[in-house]
Amino acid sequence: MSLIAAHDLSKTYLKGETRVEALKGLNFGVEPASFVSFVGPSGSGKTTLLNLIGCLDKPTSGILRVDDTDVSTLNTRMAAAFRGRKIGFIFQDFNLIPVLTVYENVGYPLVLVQNTPSSERKQRILALLDAVGMAELRDKYPDQISGGQKQRVAVARALVTKPKLVLADEPTANLDHKTAYMVINIMKKMKNELGTTFIFSTHDQKIVGEAEIVYTLEDGELDGR
Amino acid sequence: MFDLFKIAVRNLMRYKRRTLLTVSLVTVGVVSVLVFISVSGSFKNMMIGQITDSFLGHIQIHKKGYVASIDSLPLTLNLGPNALQKIEKAIKQTPDIEAYAKRIKFGGMFSNFVETTNVRLNGVYPEDEAGTVPLLLSRVREGERTIRTGEILVPELLAKGMKVKVGDTVVVIATNRDGSVNGKQFRVGGILESATGPGGRDGYIHIDDAAEILRMDTIQISEIAIRLKNFDKLQEVFDRLKGELSKELNKQGKPAFEVHTWEKLSPFYNIARMIDVMTFFVKLMLIAIVLISIMNVMVMAVYERVREIGTIAAIGTLPGKIVAMFLIEGFSLGLFGAVVGDILGIAVISVLNVAKVSFNFGRQKGLLLSPGINPQDILLISIIVITISVLASLQPAYKASRMNPIDALRHV
Repeated sequence: MSLIAAHDLSKTYLKGETRVEALKGLNFGVEPASFVSFVGPSGSGKTTLLNLIGCLDKPTSGILRVDDTDVSTLNTRMAAAFRGRKIGFIFQDFNLIPVLTVYENVGYPLVLVQNTPSSERKQRILALLDAVGMAELRDKYPDQISGGQKQRVAVARALVTKPKLVLADEPTANLDHKTAYMVINIMKKMKNELGTTFIFSTHDQKIVGEAEIVYTLEDGELDGR
Repeated sequence: MFDLFKIAVRNLMRYKRRTLLTVSLVTVGVVSVLVFISVSGSFKNMMIGQITDSFLGHIQIHKKGYVASIDSLPLTLNLGPNALQKIEKAIKQTPDIEAYAKRIKFGGMFSNFVETTNVRLNGVYPEDEAGTVPLLLSRVREGERTIRTGEILVPELLAKGMKVKVGDTVVVIATNRDGSVNGKQFRVGGILESATGPGGRDGYIHIDDAAEILRMDTIQISEIAIRLKNFDKLQEVFDRLKGELSKELNKQGKPAFEVHTWEKLSPFYNIARMIDVMTFFVKLMLIAIVLISIMNVMVMAVYERVREIGTIAAIGTLPGKIVAMFLIEGFSLGLFGAVVGDILGIAVISVLNVAKVSFNFGRQKGLLLSPGINPQDILLISIIVITISVLASLQPAYKASRMNPIDALRHV
């Protein structure tokens, strides 16, 4: 069974008085434990699609099922709880919480989202920090580490709740090429080790080559796989 | 919860100067209120003490209708032996009463053989009176601090006006309840300093002398003044005495006696009430200071952390937890301000006590201010500050929790 199933998925929004069709009748599926990339130029609808899959937004029409849940039926609170249980996020700007250390940033979802017991929490945080190569910098604050290191911490934070799906919107856009590769490879490694599905958007053709499945978006339409 | 506190404190420390300024503002407010409460409370308590301990007593009992016509000191409304017996029985059955004093109050003429003027006099049992109003004899400026038969304590203004001194002979003339006039010579035993309030300028003689002038076969009492062991139990004792004495009915079937606390007998009670009203408004000002300063900080905190709010909302933090995070920040600001304010307030009050500040009230000079604050007041002020801090954070916190994560993440 697909982890994600989209049928005739559309999203329209108003920009001022102009009606923008961001996504036009998409049909696709994503299998569990896959490494998927959505590529396309700016404005093609990548971020809108990731927002829909991540339950941050609702489709205008069509059906979108994530882990067998019709996400368009979730209210704000249910959507937040669903994200907390099933989905991890990696952001383009890393979005680490500046007042928390590397260790605390990774542990944040366990403490404030999932209320995990402290002994289990520690074990999971340390294992993930070790896996992304940030164990030694666990006591540093975000402003004391580099961009690549921040994104590795973000990867660990996204995985710490053992989500079925991790969404990464342009995770390498603010990184140099070498670091971008390193981050993508860490994501891939985690996918292989944990069986988590990764979906990331990018417009970097070299990075795209690392994905197992690539969907191309053009003007809100899927242009091929 | 501990983690929420940790994050809140770290967020507050992110903008140290702003946090410090806000906490300082709250602290200044708390210190001001505590010092005001302690100083005004000290003034109020001292004045109440002066009035009740100098002449009034804490509670007074009269025959029904006496207080309404107290200006004429009517002898026709005095208490006979039977009534007195009933009242004394009720007093003795009431716990928390330290002492009581029976008085014959009457008006008369005071003569130094050259001039004559009117005078209000209290005939008292000296020991009972001293036990009930312990500051009375300390008001004797000249002469011995006692009331002997054949002697009179003359109020100082009267002594000055009539040019009498300790040891002089004077005459007191009074009309008894039957309308006949009688007089008696007295030696001036002492000059009595005036006290603020009604009765503060009365003269004092022994009750036997009062009975002799008024030609009473049996002593008929005008009023009974009562002193309590614990002033805080005023209402409790008053209720009990009133309840007990209301069973005694007169010929019209109405209560034969009336019981009053000092509050109903002294106009200073209105000043005390005014001090309470001022204290209330000072507390309102504190609330306004805390509300505005905390709300301002929390609105700024939300505005500056929009992307951060978007991030935590995106990764699944429930709206209620986002509200809690900001409420705890407001709570922490209030808590720091209240604790520091309490400590500094207590320090300022201690300094005022060490500095021994004195003031004048009416004709009483050099009264020593001894400000104090009770733990309940400190607790109440702290609770007000912390509660208002949380309330002031409510709107910004709610706004944060209602943010659309997509818009928040896009915020620059």
